[in-house]
Amino acid sequence: MKISKTGSSKSAVNISAHWIEPHSFGIYVKPADAWIDPMRAVDTALVTHGHADHARSGHKTVYATPETLAIMNLRYATHDAGHAVNYGEQITIGDVAISYHPAGHVLGSAQIRLEYQGETVVVTGDYKRRSDPTCRPFEVVPCDIFVTEATFALPVFYHPPTQDELQKILESLAANAESCVLIGAYALGKAQRVISELRLMGYNKPIYLHGALVKMCDLYQQHGVNLGDLRPVTGTDKADIAGHIVMCPPSALNDRWSRRLPDPITAMASGWMRVRQRARQRNVELPIILSDHADWTELTDTIREVNPREVWVTHGREEALVHWCGLHQISAKALRLVGREAEDDG
Amino acid sequence: MEEFAKLIDRLIYTRSRNQKLDIIAQYLQETPDPHRGWALAALTGDLEFPNAKISAVRNAASERLDPLLFKLSRDFVGDTAETVALIWEARPLPKTSETGPIAVGDLVAKLQNVARKDAAALFAQLLDRHDPDGRYALIKLATGAMRIGISARLAKTAFAQAFALNVDDVEEVWHALSPPFAELFDWGEGKTGKPDISGAAYFRPFMLAHPLEEGSVDMADYVAEWKWDGIRVQIVGTGDDVRLFSRGGDDITAAFPDIASNFDAIGVVDGELLVRGDAQGDDSTQGSAASFNALQQRLGRKKVSAKMQKDAPAFVRLYDILFDGKTDLRALPWQERRPQLEAFQKTLDHERFDISHIIEADDFEHLAKIREGSRDAAIEGVMLKHRQSPYIAGRKAGYWYKWKRDPLNADCVMMYAQRGSGKRSSLYSDYTFGCWNDAGELLPVGKAYSGFTDEELKWLDKFVRQNTVNRYGPVREVEKTLVLEVAFDSIHSSKRHKSGLAMRFPRISRIRKDKPANEADVITTLRAMID
Repeated sequence: MKISKTGSSKSAVNISAHWIEPHSFGIYVKPADAWIDPMRAVDTALVTHGHADHARSGHKTVYATPETLAIMNLRYATHDAGHAVNYGEQITIGDVAISYHPAGHVLGSAQIRLEYQGETVVVTGDYKRRSDPTCRPFEVVPCDIFVTEATFALPVFYHPPTQDELQKILESLAANAESCVLIGAYALGKAQRVISELRLMGYNKPIYLHGALVKMCDLYQQHGVNLGDLRPVTGTDKADIAGHIVMCPPSALNDRWSRRLPDPITAMASGWMRVRQRARQRNVELPIILSDHADWTELTDTIREVNPREVWVTHGREEALVHWCGLHQISAKALRLVGREAEDDG
Repeated sequence: MEEFAKLIDRLIYTRSRNQKLDIIAQYLQETPDPHRGWALAALTGDLEFPNAKISAVRNAASERLDPLLFKLSRDFVGDTAETVALIWEARPLPKTSETGPIAVGDLVAKLQNVARKDAAALFAQLLDRHDPDGRYALIKLATGAMRIGISARLAKTAFAQAFALNVDDVEEVWHALSPPFAELFDWGEGKTGKPDISGAAYFRPFMLAHPLEEGSVDMADYVAEWKWDGIRVQIVGTGDDVRLFSRGGDDITAAFPDIASNFDAIGVVDGELLVRGDAQGDDSTQGSAASFNALQQRLGRKKVSAKMQKDAPAFVRLYDILFDGKTDLRALPWQERRPQLEAFQKTLDHERFDISHIIEADDFEHLAKIREGSRDAAIEGVMLKHRQSPYIAGRKAGYWYKWKRDPLNADCVMMYAQRGSGKRSSLYSDYTFGCWNDAGELLPVGKAYSGFTDEELKWLDKFVRQNTVNRYGPVREVEKTLVLEVAFDSIHSSKRHKSGLAMRFPRISRIRKDKPANEADVITTLRAMID
C-alpha cells in the first residue's frame, strides 16, 4: 500500500499554490527564492523555530523571530546572518508577503504565513494548543493551504492535562525522600516548560541541571521566563541532591553521568510516553506524558478551526492525518520531508 | 481490575528484579482468593480462553474504530492490546448493564463462558467499563502474551517469597495444579500442607543445556549423544493416563495419539520426538528419522488423521529417565540413570521408542571429527552430558552442553525491513534478505530478526530509514545495497519464498558494509547447501 494523495471533491478543482514547491529537504518558495526550514545550507532561509530538525546552520540569510535567532546564535554562533521578524510584522521578499505568527511550540516558535497573488499558505513548523508558560500561544491564521506537522498524528496519542502528569513527579519525590527524580527532557523547550510549570504549581525548591541544559535555561530567563532557583549538578554533593528534581537531556538518562546522582528515579517528559513499550525501551520508570506537539485531538481540531481549502501534511504520521482529512471531506496530501524523524523531540 | 491494572503498570516500569518480586509478592498477599490466583496464572502464562482471542478484540475494535486509523496505530504501537486500550472510544453503558471495573475472578468467568461468536461483543462491553490502563490489563489477561518482562519463573519466585516457601518446592507441584491455585495459597498461608499431587500425570521441568561456545571437555567425564532435530518431549505415564509435554510444558498428547497409546508403562522419560524417514542420520549414526519439516506437519494439530499417522509415524528417541514407576531418579548421576533408562526402554514398543545411542569417541578431537561428519547426516550437532550430572530443572553450568555443528553462511542483500514488536516497536528490526538468480534478479531467501547487537540494530534501523524506496504499511522496501552475512543451521526446499528455499534458524551474523551488493551469493550456491 502506498501513501495516497487523498482525493476529495475539492482537490480535483484546484491545483494549488504552484509557487510553493515541497522538496525532500525543505519547502521552496519560488517567487521569494527562499526555503522554509531547509535541511541544507541555502541563500535565504525562513526558519520556524530553533530545533535542530528545523533550524540548520550555514545559511547566508535567515529570517526568524528574535527569540529563534537568539537560540540559533547560541547553538551555531551565526551572529550576522539573521533578520529578526517580530510576530505579526509583515515583510516582503520577491512579491511574497511574509509574516510570523505564534505556534505555541517553544520560545520564539512561529507559523509562517505567505501570501502571493491572492493565495495564502501557512506553514506551522511544529505547534501545540496546550497552554505553555514559556511561549506565546498558537494563533489560528486563516489560509488557503495549511501545512501542518503530524508528529503525533495517530488516535493513540492523547496528552493528558499537564498538571496531572507533573503531579506524578511531586508524588514520587514525596514518597522517596532518599532519591532524586531525574527527568529527561529535550534541551530546548521541554526542559524549560517542565521547570516553569512546576514553579506555577508552587514547587520552589532548587532544581538541578545537567550541564547541557544550563545555557538554554539562561537564554529563557533572559527572555523573561522565570525558572526560579536553578543549580548545576556538577559541583554539588550527592547528598544535597537527594529529595530534589534533576533535569537532563534524554540521552543522559541511562548514561554513566547519572551514576553521580542519589538513587535516581528515571522520568521522561515526552508525548511518546503514552505508549508503554516506548517508555520501557528507554528504561523509564516514571513516564510523564507531556509534549510540545499537538496531540491527535489538537491536530484535527486545528484543521477544522483553520478550515483551509487544502491541507498539506509534513513530518510524522502523515498517512493517518491525510486519511482523517479524507474522511472529513478535506482535501489533503502528504509531503515527504527528510531528517524529521527524531523521536526525542516529543 | 484496578489493582491488577496497577500491578501490571508498576511491573512494566520497574527495572530491578527485586522490586518486581516485592511488587508481585505484595499483590499476592493483599489480594483475596480467587482473584490473586487468576492474576498469578496470568503472569505465569497459565491462562487460556479458547473463545476469547486477540482476534475478537480486533473485531470489536474494527466495529468501533476506523479500520485504517486502527491499522496505522497498531503498526506504530506494535501491540494490539495496547493500541485498542489507547484508542477505544468508550460509549456510555445502558442503565441495565454492569458498570465500573470488573473483578479479576468475574472477568475470568465471563471469558471462560463466552461463545466464540459473542466474544467481540463481550470485549466491547468490558472495554466500555474501563479506563485505558484497565483496558490494557484486561486484554492482556484475556489474550496472554503479557510482554511485560516477567517470566513464569519470576512470578513463581514472587509467590514463594510472599509466603516464605522454597521456589523449587513450588515448581515441583506447580504443573499438577491449575488456576486459581487455591491449594497453593492454602499451603502458602499455612492452612494446609504441601499439596498432594501423587497420581496426576503432570509435567516436570526439563533439564536444559548450555551451548558449548569454545574450548573442550574431557571425554573421561562426559558422554556424547547426537542432537536430533525434532522436538524435546516428556512422556508421563501414571498407569491411568499418558501425557506428552513439549519443552514449555504444553500438553501435546492430542497431536500424537500414536505415541501416547503405545506408551505402556509407569514412569517419566525425556526424549526427542521425531517422524520416521531417512533425512536424519544414516547407519553410522543411528538413522531413520525424517527432517524437522516432516515433523512440523504434525505439530499444532488438535486432531490427527489416521492417514497422517500412517504416512508420518512418530516415534520418540529416549534421552533420559526421571521416574521409574513412582521412584524419583532425578537425584542420581547420569551414569546410574542410563542403565535404568535402557532397562525401561526394553519394556516398551521398540518401533515407537528407541534409545539415543552414545557416540563412541576416544577423546574430544575424535568427537570433533565425528561431529564434522554429521552435516551429511542432517543432524543438529552433539550433546555432551557429564556422567555425574543429576537431572535438574533448567540450565546448570558444567552438566550438559549442546555442541551444535557450525552454522552455514551466506552473503545476502537486505530487501525489506519491518518494525519489531513490543520493546522493538520503534525500530526496523526484522529483515527480509535475498540472493541473486541467474537472471540477475534478487529473490528473497529468508527473514531474520536476531544475531545483531543493540548498537548494530541502531545502525540497521538508521540504514532502513535513510534508504527507504517504498513503504507498504509497516514494511519498508530498501535500496538493495546492504550485504548481510546470514548464518543458518540448514536450508530446505520450500514454497514459502519465491526462491524455493527456506532457512532454519537464520540470523544476521555480520553486517558487510565492505561488500558490494552484486558480490552477494547466488541462489545456486544456496541450493547446493540443501542436505
